[in-house]
Amino acid sequence: MKSTHTKRKQRSVIPGRGLTMGVTITMLSLLILIPLASILTYSFRLSFSEFIELITRQNVVRAFRTSISCALIAALINSVFGLILAWVLVRYDFPGERLMDAMIELPFALPTAVAGITLSKMYSDKGLIGQFFAKYDISISYTKIGLTIALVFIGIPFVVRALQPVIEKLPPSLEESSAMLGASRSYTFRRVILPELTPALLTGFGLALARGIGEYGSVIYISGNSEKNGTQVVSYVIMQKLNSGSADYEGAAAIALVLLIISFLLLFFINMVQLAAGRRAS
Amino acid sequence: MKNQKKSIVPTLLIGISVVFFVVMLVLPLVIVLYRSLKDGLALYVKAITAPNTLSALRVTLIAASIAVLVNTFFGLCAAWLITKFEFRGRQVLSTLIDIPFSISPVIAGLAFIMTFGRMGWATPFIDWINSTFGTDIALVFSVPGVVLATIFVTFPFISRELIPVMQAQGNAEEEAAAMMGAKGFTIFRKVTFPHIRWTLLYGIILCAARAIGEFGAVYAVSKTRGQTFTLTLEVDALYMAGGADSITQAFAVSSLLVIIAVAILLIKQVVEYRAKRTEEA
Repeated sequence: MKSTHTKRKQRSVIPGRGLTMGVTITMLSLLILIPLASILTYSFRLSFSEFIELITRQNVVRAFRTSISCALIAALINSVFGLILAWVLVRYDFPGERLMDAMIELPFALPTAVAGITLSKMYSDKGLIGQFFAKYDISISYTKIGLTIALVFIGIPFVVRALQPVIEKLPPSLEESSAMLGASRSYTFRRVILPELTPALLTGFGLALARGIGEYGSVIYISGNSEKNGTQVVSYVIMQKLNSGSADYEGAAAIALVLLIISFLLLFFINMVQLAAGRRAS
Repeated sequence: MKNQKKSIVPTLLIGISVVFFVVMLVLPLVIVLYRSLKDGLALYVKAITAPNTLSALRVTLIAASIAVLVNTFFGLCAAWLITKFEFRGRQVLSTLIDIPFSISPVIAGLAFIMTFGRMGWATPFIDWINSTFGTDIALVFSVPGVVLATIFVTFPFISRELIPVMQAQGNAEEEAAAMMGAKGFTIFRKVTFPHIRWTLLYGIILCAARAIGEFGAVYAVSKTRGQTFTLTLEVDALYMAGGADSITQAFAVSSLLVIIAVAILLIKQVVEYRAKRTEEA
């Protein structure tokens, strides 16, 4: 509809194009792009073989494996619970619903360090929840289980908030007519509802995953950061290199570069999903 | 056919949700408050009035207010540019703005160290300014470094909220105003602003919340307790000191942040409600 208008490339009558363009690009470059480019130039000081050697060290590979696998599991858990929570919040009425809706975003509002120390005490062997598991010799804090729980906490709002508006637009008549036609509940869910929700679910999953892979504050207390147990995450390894006596900037830059590439790939994936969903909708 | 009304599925789903909600989100809050008051009110008051805490509170407020100001200005400019004009690379620009959203905060801190730190490429330039103008600017391991890192992580928060709303609003009203000879800022103030004020406020709240709570990025660029530490760094320092008293104090300082977080969520609910009402009106 609007495309004919834009194709003529008519300059908009609205003023401020030059000014806002200048401000936006200057601030974006100075505050975001140039600092990020510094990481690139720093890693270019390394030769290719040095770079490979740095990022294939055992502790680095292990940290990547831990970050990615735990973030993946947490994002999957969040997809399941996020779907249930979003569905319940949109479709059912029950006491405390508004409170629950408001509090879903607590992980966004609560500083990650506060979440980190609280979860780590809560799930320690003497903690409120940890003590029940300790009876069966299961430790949660200072293991990968604890690490994953912290990432579930951090990631849940991404999935719920991605799904809610889509479920709101899904007419209840859709399920009703499917049921009228004799479809079972599980069939209706798999074949009618889930396909409609998939783009939003993937977006939420991707955002939670991206956040989880780079997460620092909420993770470092509960994970124990033990190299032996494989509970060091990538962000921790970068920070360790910065804080060690002879700060290893090149090493930190090399690992950060790999982490950046992973983030960009995820960002690209999320954009693709949204683009595809938008195209399908129109 | 099964009777939908008598199905246990809704009850089951609500049950699962409530259990998840209580265990994952409510319990941690209760634990912060319980732990902070465990050893009595005296220790609590001592913790939150300690000089280090007060200094951290000051740094947190400075960093958060500057970040909100800068990002509000940027967010308005960027949203205006992206929603009012067609130009090549618009999609790329809006993706670039969102970068800080999906990268590790530790990387943000690292980026500033590598730009302005001891070995950073911009350091000679800063040194030159300092020696020429007799100033004493230090951009990392100082409060300005904390401010920069905070701006970085909260950069897209406001533009991201504004863009979809301004896009949905369309440009007809602004075009009409421009045709009738209104100047740029007048158009913004009289035509655009009334439509976006609740959204803007909402973005500011999100931005402030994240700025106050930022940890990883400021951890990398702030090293002096009592001078450049923010509240979250103070919590970390107290917790890592390891003594029982010190851990209780860490939770006491945390409780301040919890109160701020809950207040932010409440304000957000009100703003969302108001925004919905103006939308309907």
